[in-house]
Amino acid sequence: MPDPILSIKNLTVVFKTRSGDVPVIDDVSFSIAPREILGIVGESGCGKTMTSLAIMRLMPEQGKITSGSIRLSGEDLVVASEARMCGLRGNEISMVFQEPMTALNPVFSVGEQIAEVLKTHQGLSNSEAREHAIELLESVKIPLPSQRANDYPHQLSGGMRQRVMIAIALACKPKVLIADEPTTALDVTVQAHIFELLHELRDQTGTSIILITHDMASVAEMAERVMVMYAGRKVEEGPVEEILKNPLHPYTQGLIRCVPHLKETISPERKDLHEIPGIVPPISHFGRNECLFAPRCCFVEDRCLNQRPLDSKRAAKHLTACWQENTNFEKVFA
Amino acid sequence: MIVPVPVLEVNNLKVYFRTKRKHFFEVHSHIHAVDGVSLKVEFGKTLGLVGESGSGKTTTGLAIARLVQASSGSVKIMGKEVLGLQGEELRVQRKHIQYVFQDPYSSLNPRLRAGRLVREALDRLKIGHTTERSIRVNELFRQVGLSREHERLFPHQFSGGQRQRLGIARALASHPDLLICDEPVSALDVAVQAQILNLLRRLQKEMGLTYLFISHDLGVVQHMCDEIAVMYVGQIVEQADRISLFKNPMHPYTKGLLASVPSADPNRRKKTQIQIYGEPPSPIDPPLGCRFSSRCQLAEERCHFETPLLRKIKANQKVACHLI
Repeated sequence: MPDPILSIKNLTVVFKTRSGDVPVIDDVSFSIAPREILGIVGESGCGKTMTSLAIMRLMPEQGKITSGSIRLSGEDLVVASEARMCGLRGNEISMVFQEPMTALNPVFSVGEQIAEVLKTHQGLSNSEAREHAIELLESVKIPLPSQRANDYPHQLSGGMRQRVMIAIALACKPKVLIADEPTTALDVTVQAHIFELLHELRDQTGTSIILITHDMASVAEMAERVMVMYAGRKVEEGPVEEILKNPLHPYTQGLIRCVPHLKETISPERKDLHEIPGIVPPISHFGRNECLFAPRCCFVEDRCLNQRPLDSKRAAKHLTACWQENTNFEKVFA
Repeated sequence: MIVPVPVLEVNNLKVYFRTKRKHFFEVHSHIHAVDGVSLKVEFGKTLGLVGESGSGKTTTGLAIARLVQASSGSVKIMGKEVLGLQGEELRVQRKHIQYVFQDPYSSLNPRLRAGRLVREALDRLKIGHTTERSIRVNELFRQVGLSREHERLFPHQFSGGQRQRLGIARALASHPDLLICDEPVSALDVAVQAQILNLLRRLQKEMGLTYLFISHDLGVVQHMCDEIAVMYVGQIVEQADRISLFKNPMHPYTKGLLASVPSADPNRRKKTQIQIYGEPPSPIDPPLGCRFSSRCQLAEERCHFETPLLRKIKANQKVACHLI
């Protein structure tokens, strides 16, 4: 395996709350290789977005990285100065957000917004930047790019806006692109095109992509490797096919089984969906020395409540943080 | 043999919205939000309405529930026409159609306790006496999986899933003939979605409910519905029973829509994908001919001029396409 482009080791992010400091990211380690697509899945409130904001060093004020390292081609971003981060954001790592309408500035045309990135980061002149912006719009397959560049965000459809966001993110050919639920607000037909576009751009530019989503099917479609997060911790990590076929952590199993999947064959009888009882624990429970999934788990035993399970390697590249050795899983996919 | 009356029968329903004129002498344009939709839902069944955003599925639901004004057509609930009703008659009729909204955060009054929220439906529709209403509220809480203690809480003290349960309890209070569920789970986390979907199916079995289920999530629709109507720019392009639609979609739009859905099933992913390019036409004075023709890869000359009608192709499958 080639050297990872981005490697995160024992990252802990602590939030100051009224009831004391709580780790919203709790000792998470993962890495991503050049050209790789990594999916991060979990319910809302599991720390997916916070992980990406920590990598970008864009956390809200009450958050603080207390330990661990984030190495981007060897350089530790945790100790990098703010000025250095400004240079890295956009140039080396960039991000696509969930809601393209709120992420774009409504009073500037999309061409200007793309050009702005190029002027700031690459020092292009006005006319060069505009020319390049039109090329970028073309590369994200917006028809009539030179006319569209003059449009304002409200004149574009949701799918088009997300394409513009991707164009902005890729303007300086970053090494890592973080896409935070890039298609949640979009229709499935548009989602399919955005996925296709991200795949093509990865093949052309060699950018690594971190795809954050709550949808296992999107991960299956897009990613090569997947990391499942729960309550600020990594609970399972491995190749996508392997995880879908043989998930080991009860939470991953639940995530796969609770969704009514569209399968190749459709059966006349419909069984009740699997339910994961309860909800994600409140933030005040984060960081306890126990398995935080235990209250919702059907395999729970004493030691789950007394000690936090550590990552254990079950197969090549397949990690899970669960005390149970045998969590049998009724196969969903043949 | 007595032919049972369908719970819901919609005929040629049209909902047009007028757009703003730029100046006084300009002729009004109309948004054809729903343009000639006909549906039928039998007792105890679930009909799914699917389509992209802007296809008119929510407007159809709202017009059936008399929450927006229909322009023409007919909507019959248990054989009774509801479109012409007004005043007191309409208010009384509302107990027969109830609505579960998408967003359980904005559809509950934040100043009322949960018990009052559910009871309000009974109070407004004057169902039962005071004590009966309290008993009914209790029963409803139990049915949707909430406990008695929850009655005293305010909406913000509930999780998203529990709030949607409240919304369902409130909708069920008046024993409606038809329950319209408009994207009831799309605002919820996946694990909670399963809980609500199971609840809806269980309630349907226990209480003999009839659902009109509006959703953009084809996986959910496939799981919940007995029959499915696919909408595109205000019209139904294909309508079939669950198995036929997913096994053998016929309209090019349905095919493309199904192919766009990402799948975790490796066998399904291997298939070649049919893609839909471009965007739907504007519903403001839509063009002649098949509305999908601008994006259809199979479109012929006549598709751009002649409007295809929804025709019966098989016993349980109707398609609006010239090429089938």
